[in-house]
Amino acid sequence: MKKRNLFEKVWDAHSVGELSNGQTQLFVGRHLIHEVTSPQAFGMLRERNLPVLYPERTFATVDHIVPTNELNEPYSDPLADAMIKELRKNCEDFGVTFFDVNTGKQGIVHVVGPEQGLTQPGMTIACGDSHTSTHGAFGAIAFGVGTSQVRDLLATQTLALGKLKVRRIEVNGDLGSGVYAKDVILHVIKILGVNGGTGYAYEYGGSVFDEFSMEERMTACNMSIEGGARVGYVNPDEKTFEYLRGRNYSPDENSWDDAVSAWLSFSSDEGCEYDDLVSIDAADIVPTVTWGINPAQAIGIDEVIPDPQRAPEGEAASISEAIEYMQLVPGAPIKGTPIDVAFIGSCTNGRLSDLEEVASRIGGHTVREGVKAIVVPGSQVVSKLAQEKGLDRVFVEAGFEWRAAGCSMCLAMNPDKLIGDQLCASSSNRNFKGRQGSPTGRTMLMSPMMVAAAAVTGKVADTREVFS
Amino acid sequence: MALPKIVKIEGQGIYVPGNDIDTDRIIPARFMKCVTFDGLGEYLFHDIRYDEHGNQKEHALNDPKFAKASIMLSDMNFGCGSSREHAPQSLYRAGFRAIIAGNFAEIFFGNATNLGIPCVSMAEPERNVLAQFIEDSPNGSLVVDVDELKVRAEGLELPVDMRPGARDSLMNGRWDPLDELLQAKLEIENISKSLPYV
Repeated sequence: MKKRNLFEKVWDAHSVGELSNGQTQLFVGRHLIHEVTSPQAFGMLRERNLPVLYPERTFATVDHIVPTNELNEPYSDPLADAMIKELRKNCEDFGVTFFDVNTGKQGIVHVVGPEQGLTQPGMTIACGDSHTSTHGAFGAIAFGVGTSQVRDLLATQTLALGKLKVRRIEVNGDLGSGVYAKDVILHVIKILGVNGGTGYAYEYGGSVFDEFSMEERMTACNMSIEGGARVGYVNPDEKTFEYLRGRNYSPDENSWDDAVSAWLSFSSDEGCEYDDLVSIDAADIVPTVTWGINPAQAIGIDEVIPDPQRAPEGEAASISEAIEYMQLVPGAPIKGTPIDVAFIGSCTNGRLSDLEEVASRIGGHTVREGVKAIVVPGSQVVSKLAQEKGLDRVFVEAGFEWRAAGCSMCLAMNPDKLIGDQLCASSSNRNFKGRQGSPTGRTMLMSPMMVAAAAVTGKVADTREVFS
Repeated sequence: MALPKIVKIEGQGIYVPGNDIDTDRIIPARFMKCVTFDGLGEYLFHDIRYDEHGNQKEHALNDPKFAKASIMLSDMNFGCGSSREHAPQSLYRAGFRAIIAGNFAEIFFGNATNLGIPCVSMAEPERNVLAQFIEDSPNGSLVVDVDELKVRAEGLELPVDMRPGARDSLMNGRWDPLDELLQAKLEIENISKSLPYV
């Protein structure tokens, strides 16, 4: 039998058939929804009088618009209040499980899925959100879709999709101290570009990914889409199974062994083929910061802002546009750039291990005067576990604000926004113009430890020096 | 529900230059606080068209010469970032019926196709020629020919590319796949039962 990679096996197992235009009708086993991209889809179902075909395969949470400093409804923003109520009503009307704010399970959809055990190897998972690639950390094929496709999923549990090619990205060797999963994925995007992954699924492997925890794998897979790859995944292993054991929606002990053997059967076969292979030496990766307006515009902390006049032809205009927007000086070191806001959170870096790492090193430091620093746990579960460990007190003593769970300042659909041209050191995933809520706001992406280093020094700094 | 066959789109062009124009730029997140797509056309490219006081900035979309444009030309990796269908919905509701760019981000391409907006790729030398034509002849008519994979304007015929599946769907009036997906009820049920998970 032909040797296949995980992507091909999962694709084949979920293929319903070929459509008239040559695309595949793909069955999606798990569908996750949130308040921003689903209401219109439910509206389309009502218009056509269609039911949700498998309500037990769809799970909802509310994350983008929830305020992190206001717990009671009605929310002061009437639009946000209308959206949460619309989702609640849609879930009730169509029989979909909703991890509402009063369940203790609410949070960012890509944090909630894994921690509830909904995300499992060998699944197809879709959500109206581009960071759905996060779930690939478990050896699932997971991808973002638009709202019309949310409708298709609700009505048929299937999508019309073209098959992706697969690029294996191996990172081998030892990461230096102060170098995190966030630096690894920023490095990958820097090398391959923001559209290098268009048409591809990324399979991550090599010793660095083998050694990564599940949460580190999620951080890396999360940002696949920032490199243009709709799907990113890691083959499942013992760490995957250990993570899943005992979670709310994981298989129970009686069916555990069967589940593990089914999961393992989806792993890429030894010697299988890939459409492309990229190999990266872990020793080349350093703490990385974005200086521009897309996630590939990134440099090591000891490097200088690029000079458009020395850039290859064809890149000069993009570099100039980014430098002008970011108000930076070509040729100047990025280290030392003053910051106004520090944000730790998001579906990229809002998990317990992110908060633990920072809290374990921040003792004795305080947030620099004039810097607004906020910590937003990725979910209510993360928040509760962190509080049980006293992490919230560590952050508050250091001068951070400790907030309720949600997407918050990653895309600023709630009240957490930059003001004017504030510069934010951010553990999130996008540094697009205006991304953090102010049309002139500026974002520098980095690991949570680098955000902490920026918060306590008031400028872009090297975590290895600040917390040595 | 029979859908129109989308074979040729004719209209005036507008050039919005730049690589990596992301969906946050096409429709900023704060305008997604809505439960329908109605009215999104108004906010297309809002933050690069207006300053913080709501005054118009210099932008092709604010130029009365291009007020009737229905075909947008842009550069590489158009529509990258968020999967929000609000982006192509906003373009559609602002009157755009076809997009020409260097290439397109994966999710945006699929979302636009599902709305019946053809997204065709054009190489850089041809994009430069077309941008010049639009600049010189803002009232000039463009034709995006999905069948022959050409963009035509007075005295110009420029080659473009499009994925065969999307092209086929548009030309045969099957760009919204729901009806065809609904037909496979039995097969869907069989796959659902065959999977090792619910």
